[in-house]
Amino acid sequence: MKATPLSNCERRFLLRAIEERKRLDGRQCYDYRNVRVSFGADYGCCIVELGKTRVLGQVSCELVPPKPNRPTEGILFFNLELSPMAAPGFEPGRQPELLVILNRLIERCLRNSRCIDTESLCVVAGEKVWQIRLDLHLLNHDGNIIDAASIAGIVALCHFRRPDVSVQGEEVTVYTPEERDPVPLSIHHMPICVSFAFFQQGTYLLVDPSEREERVMDGLLVIAMNKHREICTIQSSGGIMLVKDQVLRCSKITAVKVTEITELIQKALENDQKVRKEGGKFGFAESIPNQKITAFKMESAAVDTNNVEEQAEEIITKADPPSEVFAKPILHTPGTAQIGEGIENSWGDLEESEREEAAEEEGESEAAAFECQKMETGDTSTMRENKNDEPIVLSDSEEEEVVILEPEELPKKTRTQTNLKQENASKKAFNKRRKKKRAAH
Amino acid sequence: SSPSPSPGDTSVLAGVYGPAEVKGSRELPDRAALEVLLRPKVGLPGVLERSREQLLRQTCEAVLLGVLHPRTAITLVLQVLNDAGSLLSCCLNAACMGLLDAGLPLASLFCGVTCALDPNGAIGLDPTSRQEQEARAVLTFAIDSAERKVLMATSKGSCSVEEMQQCLAAAQRAADTIFQFYRDSVRRKYSKS
Repeated sequence: MKATPLSNCERRFLLRAIEERKRLDGRQCYDYRNVRVSFGADYGCCIVELGKTRVLGQVSCELVPPKPNRPTEGILFFNLELSPMAAPGFEPGRQPELLVILNRLIERCLRNSRCIDTESLCVVAGEKVWQIRLDLHLLNHDGNIIDAASIAGIVALCHFRRPDVSVQGEEVTVYTPEERDPVPLSIHHMPICVSFAFFQQGTYLLVDPSEREERVMDGLLVIAMNKHREICTIQSSGGIMLVKDQVLRCSKITAVKVTEITELIQKALENDQKVRKEGGKFGFAESIPNQKITAFKMESAAVDTNNVEEQAEEIITKADPPSEVFAKPILHTPGTAQIGEGIENSWGDLEESEREEAAEEEGESEAAAFECQKMETGDTSTMRENKNDEPIVLSDSEEEEVVILEPEELPKKTRTQTNLKQENASKKAFNKRRKKKRAAH
Repeated sequence: SSPSPSPGDTSVLAGVYGPAEVKGSRELPDRAALEVLLRPKVGLPGVLERSREQLLRQTCEAVLLGVLHPRTAITLVLQVLNDAGSLLSCCLNAACMGLLDAGLPLASLFCGVTCALDPNGAIGLDPTSRQEQEARAVLTFAIDSAERKVLMATSKGSCSVEEMQQCLAAAQRAADTIFQFYRDSVRRKYSKS
């Protein structure tokens, strides 16, 4: 899918509006859009909405051997993906440049700032450490991916709980969530990125650019800061030349914004914690407000499955029995059987049940397509009559030496008397006989 | 358009783009080219996602009137938000609602229902992850809305034909509830009151 390019008149319109200090959505120059954080049912899962830009974050963990040059530290892995649903221009074959830039920024913001204590992720020095993996998916692109992604990243990391571990000498026990409550990660501070877009060679400045504004901007300045006013990362791209005051002014604005956002995050985390403790419902389904006209909820509905069995019986009896042709295994030599003519049975060591199921499905669906070959063994004749209404039971007549008990018990004409247990019993006997056959050969 | 139905805790977000311009090699001269992308929450898409994408694509192509938009591409992207069981049927539902919300021409709607057969033979609809693991067989059906016929059936595990027919009958019953849900949610979105 191709992205529609920005038209010249749109570009001019946007730039003129910015010169008059007006933004398309009515915000002021330093205003952020609404930030909304919602959590999923799993720990470490969250969706952050910055206006219409949506990012899904998920944290997962795994026990792995540590890196050889850092035997006492855990491993962090960050991955940001631009989902093709985010914008028509994003193809599965990636937008390499933007993706690399964003991924690098996220890495610097979260890894180099040392906001996560990696020493606490060590379980057995040199052998086992926790690998924490953060996956960020961009669900909708309406500008300022980096801010939304950094918020989603840090929120997901704060929300995540890893399984509790205890080490006794050489033995490591990992407790499931049922045995012991999972443990949160040790996070020192919360770095959050704030983006500034510059227009007309640095004359005009906008905080939190939307997608249209991003397309016409000259350059971008990203500052990652935590609430203690420490700058974690700063990056200026686009080739604009900024004066020292401008950068200082931006960092002051960043400090204000970061405090606001951090407060919001803390409140959201606390709320979620409370809901989970009280045993209330949580998850994405609950976080959608019911009043929205585009949202609809339905409680789990009971489905009447009472006379399902009879209905099924009816269907099976009504179904035309595949008349003349049905698949039968043809025994070539002991140990080699073939279903269907002219088709190589290339599955050497199939499990019992798989083979039976494969045979069942073949028998049912392709019964009409196969021609049956005459079986040499004597007990086929009884089976053949049954075949008219029992296409699924393949002839087990490849075994000459074993007396077949079941065929007489199986109902010949209709299925109304079929007892499920009986069918199961016959299948089990069938399986046993097959096992015997295979064991014998 | 991106609806996101979620039975229980399983959530899937669907996004539909199209009919739009298609790159040369993928262009089909007489119909629209449908592409389905399923993205898991953690990790890169693997073989399981690919096979599910194909199942979804075949189901969608069966109902989509692609001949009305030749030489175009329709992209359906599904993002797993949470997986707590019955994921494939949730994807089917999300896909149908996505196509519906995008206003693409469809011959009928479809819905996905998952049945789990526990070792005793009891049928459970929309199983959770745990139920799926403990089940003897898990079957997923795509049922169409016109005549409750089966568009797609896939199973894991072993079951007899009778059991499969029973699951199918149960799924057809459940499909009624799901289609009613579609109707109600669309009505809510487009009604003036």
